[in-house]
Amino acid sequence: MKTLVSRPWLWSWVAAAAAFALTMALTGGGGASALAYAALGFGAFAAIVGLGQMLVITLGPGNVDLSIPATMTLSGTLALKAMNTEPGTALMGLGVALLVGLGTGLANYALIFFVRLPPIIATLAASLIYQSLAIWSNRGLRIKPPQELADFATGRFLGLPNVAWVGLVLAIIVWVLLERSVWGRWLLASGQNMRAARLAGVPVELVRATTYVAVTIFAAIAGYLLASFSGGAALNMGQEYLLMSIAVVVIGGTSIAGGMSNVPGVWGASLFMFLVVSMLNSYGAGAGVRLILTGLIIIGIVIVASTRRAQR
Amino acid sequence: MQQSAAQTAAPIVALTDATKHFGAVRALDGVSLEIRPGECLGLVGHNGAGKSTLVNIVNGGLPPTSGTVEFPASGEQGALAAGVRSVFQELSLCPNLTVAENLRISNAELSGIGWRRQARKEINQSLDKVFPGHGIDANAEVDTLSIAERQMVEIAIGFAPRGRDARLVILDEPTSSLDAGIAEQLLAHIREFCANGGAVVFISHMLGEIFAVASRIIVMKDGLIVSDRAAGEFTRQSLVDDMGHVATEKAGDAAGAAHVLGDEVISTPEGLSARRGEIVGLSGLAGHGQAEALARLYLGATSSWRRPKSPKIVFVAGDRTRDGIMPLWSILRNATLSILSETSRRGMVNRPAEAEIAATWKRRIGIRTDDMSNPILSLSGGNQQKVLFARALASQAPVVVMDDPMRGVDVGTKQDVYAMIRAEAAKGRTFLWYSTETEEVCQCDRVFVFRNNAISAELTGADIIEERILEASFEMQDA
Amino acid sequence: MNFLSRYRILLPVVSLTVLLAATFYMQPRAMSYFGVNLLFNLAVPIALATIGQMMIIMVNDIDLSVGAFVSLVACITATLLNDNPMLGVLVLAALVLSYAALGALIHALDLPAIVVTLGMSFIWGGLALFILPSPGGVSPDWLRSLMTVKPPLIPMAVAASILIAGVTHVLVIRSGIGTVLRGVGGNARSVGRAGWKVIRLKALAYGMAGLFNVFAGIALVGLTTSADANIALRYTLLTIAGVILGGGEFVGGKVSPVGAVIGALTLTLAASFLSFMRLSSDWQIGAQGAVLILVLTARLLFTRRARAS
Repeated sequence: MKTLVSRPWLWSWVAAAAAFALTMALTGGGGASALAYAALGFGAFAAIVGLGQMLVITLGPGNVDLSIPATMTLSGTLALKAMNTEPGTALMGLGVALLVGLGTGLANYALIFFVRLPPIIATLAASLIYQSLAIWSNRGLRIKPPQELADFATGRFLGLPNVAWVGLVLAIIVWVLLERSVWGRWLLASGQNMRAARLAGVPVELVRATTYVAVTIFAAIAGYLLASFSGGAALNMGQEYLLMSIAVVVIGGTSIAGGMSNVPGVWGASLFMFLVVSMLNSYGAGAGVRLILTGLIIIGIVIVASTRRAQR
Repeated sequence: MQQSAAQTAAPIVALTDATKHFGAVRALDGVSLEIRPGECLGLVGHNGAGKSTLVNIVNGGLPPTSGTVEFPASGEQGALAAGVRSVFQELSLCPNLTVAENLRISNAELSGIGWRRQARKEINQSLDKVFPGHGIDANAEVDTLSIAERQMVEIAIGFAPRGRDARLVILDEPTSSLDAGIAEQLLAHIREFCANGGAVVFISHMLGEIFAVASRIIVMKDGLIVSDRAAGEFTRQSLVDDMGHVATEKAGDAAGAAHVLGDEVISTPEGLSARRGEIVGLSGLAGHGQAEALARLYLGATSSWRRPKSPKIVFVAGDRTRDGIMPLWSILRNATLSILSETSRRGMVNRPAEAEIAATWKRRIGIRTDDMSNPILSLSGGNQQKVLFARALASQAPVVVMDDPMRGVDVGTKQDVYAMIRAEAAKGRTFLWYSTETEEVCQCDRVFVFRNNAISAELTGADIIEERILEASFEMQDA
Repeated sequence: MNFLSRYRILLPVVSLTVLLAATFYMQPRAMSYFGVNLLFNLAVPIALATIGQMMIIMVNDIDLSVGAFVSLVACITATLLNDNPMLGVLVLAALVLSYAALGALIHALDLPAIVVTLGMSFIWGGLALFILPSPGGVSPDWLRSLMTVKPPLIPMAVAASILIAGVTHVLVIRSGIGTVLRGVGGNARSVGRAGWKVIRLKALAYGMAGLFNVFAGIALVGLTTSADANIALRYTLLTIAGVILGGGEFVGGKVSPVGAVIGALTLTLAASFLSFMRLSSDWQIGAQGAVLILVLTARLLFTRRARAS
């Protein structure tokens, strides 16, 4: 019990494992590898956007990016349009997606810094424009990804989905940055106490700017992969990731008060969010039960986290 | 206790042997005090003498650790019900509400249709009474008012009826942002209020005001009342003498005389300056602009966007929770936050170098822990402060800014740190040191005394004694 | 000085007027009873939900569950309230109480409102799916006729908006308790020191938010005549935008009910503006974002100039 409390990232993995085991209990162990494969594949998208949202939430109260869904849609749409289903354009498409991420991140931060908007309202307002940009450029057409990219997004390597590998590599990069780089230390310090960090010589605005760019780049990568995975960009493809990105961060054990990130927890929570659906499905419970359970878990976690804070 | 009228009436508030301890700190060390109708009590004392703790005990903000607080005149249990009001230095209005609406917050009896008109009437009456010709619109939102106007509103709310009449009003530095004419209006009102049977506790750094209004003065030092006499029995000089400590030996003398000062490295428009290798003290009563001057200096010399490999200036925070500690981190990470760029390689933290520097400073400054990877909050306040010193001193920065860094630090730690600061200064570092403790300031080579957000005196050499600092901290002239 | 304290409501008024003038200029036929009703048709439920969001922002919190909650109320209205009015009213009252309880919980345990309401949005969404698994339901007849009533001279949508703005102005700005609630946002400590129980005040603010969100859901069904579990999801972002557009601020208890209603109308108009200009509807959502950014930039310039003078 003590280890559970002191290692918040474990929770989400234990919960994911429990959901997995409960599903298996019903099927008698049948389809275990298929379920794990699907969880890794679908969970990867939530994990990638969750990693970005985690960095922003680490900046402390009031910091959250609501433009993730619109950025995903815009990057998926523009990248697929640029590639136009022609072979050999996958890398060019990735470049387009990354540029979209860079652009939306810079625009978000410009609104925060120059117009002094609270991050919530800045990313919200900007996301409405990104959404319209996506609608306008898409014009209702569904452009297929180039074949080799579609194959990559749905394919596997060493038995694991390729998208899961991408999510894993990104998670390792984020972990190294947070734990080993000077920038990571600065981010964690700024999130604990922006004023104290500034007084200790941390360039807090630089940290904030890079974080807001990082989150949209992650969203852009997720959008690019998701569009390729599902055979084309859809205008509502990012929608469910608005609340999902915040939920996996909170369930993963990252502190909403800032200054404490939890990379493995984000992955565990992403797997859990998928597995709990399949568990409830296999028990015949409806989508309603799944949503209520998710909500109860999120609220339970903040209550536990706050009482832990109070005890300390 | 001289006025016979005051002696006969039952006291509004009576403290019997009240103490207040915060951990090991005895903020109030056994105080007995009676305040009777018609009295105006002047309360003076240096920083940390226990004035604000006493005020908070009287107004019910803090329960005493031992002893009793009673309200015999009204027979009520609570301070609010007994008609005790406080007007604090920190602004306690709701800035988003209008002047009249703020009265509504503290007077729940304003209700029903037309409460607004009633509130406007009451606050206008009170403002007119205390500050005739004030020109404040009761419909103005508080955050559109100037600081002086806000302070006037707070005082007016303090004296307003609010369901029951005010019996005792505590005014903590009420004139700090009022100009002389308006302050005089307030003093006149206080005299009238007391003449009509009210009582006032008046805290001020303007000794002229104290003498102008107080019928009785109490002087506090180290959590005790050291003198309590009718105002006429004091002179300005005897007040300052009562507030001060017995003369302490000047420990810094030898070191101060010995080391040679270099060129001027800091010079600000407001008159603050420092030379290479100098320890410059900032003194005066707390809240008179010292911390702000240091913050301006530091923030102006550093950037939120760039971090040079080796910083030119570092900051040691005194308010550890607000300005210094990273509460989620280990001691090690807290200690090395400011030297990460100096030792980093390609943006990555150089962990062996980090550990080595931390170990060096753990030894040099004596951080009491068996493992630097323990959480910072496992340390005592004094040791946390040592970590903040280590964070600053471990860098190569030639200038160190210290914002009252010895708050709540034990004597042993203080001695360690004084020695360390002298040693570093001898090596050519410059220190700017704001302290609320005169004894510390007396260790400096040069002292700037602040009053009302400006430098009121610059002291050097033999002039750096408590008496001179107190004289410059308090307004000696007539208000 | 007076101008400075009032420009906060001036700016939303000016932005709505400009947008309205532009619409009428581009499409003179919109300047009619019928045209105006069409322009602001969907504004009533949005305005009500924006008031709900404003109650929460007033006490320095934020509500991410408005969209899901209004959807849930819509589902209840289109099913329970229609089939069994008594039970329907009881359930809706219970929902208002649960909002108040949430406010007390958030204050008592010092929880981040943004995460708790995020969690609640899942719960409300799940309950909505229980009640109405697939789109459907029927609006009660009385509601349908109430929402489509044609008062003389001013169209229903405008009349209702004025009514909502007037009632909430009295409630939040003029009344004594509304003043204390705004005081909680401005300086909770001094409100507590004056003898108020802040936890009760917070519960009250949340309860009022729940009440207005319930009204929003009911009004929405009256307009759409049926419901589904996702019918109002975009309200979460719209209401936050509306409060800020109307001159509100995230912290400090600075809110304006009249401004919030105007903000909701402006956002509704920004969306229908383009179709009236016969421009591509692709930019409907974007226009809302652009209006938001433009108005907030203008506000920044105003404040800067005010501070400089």
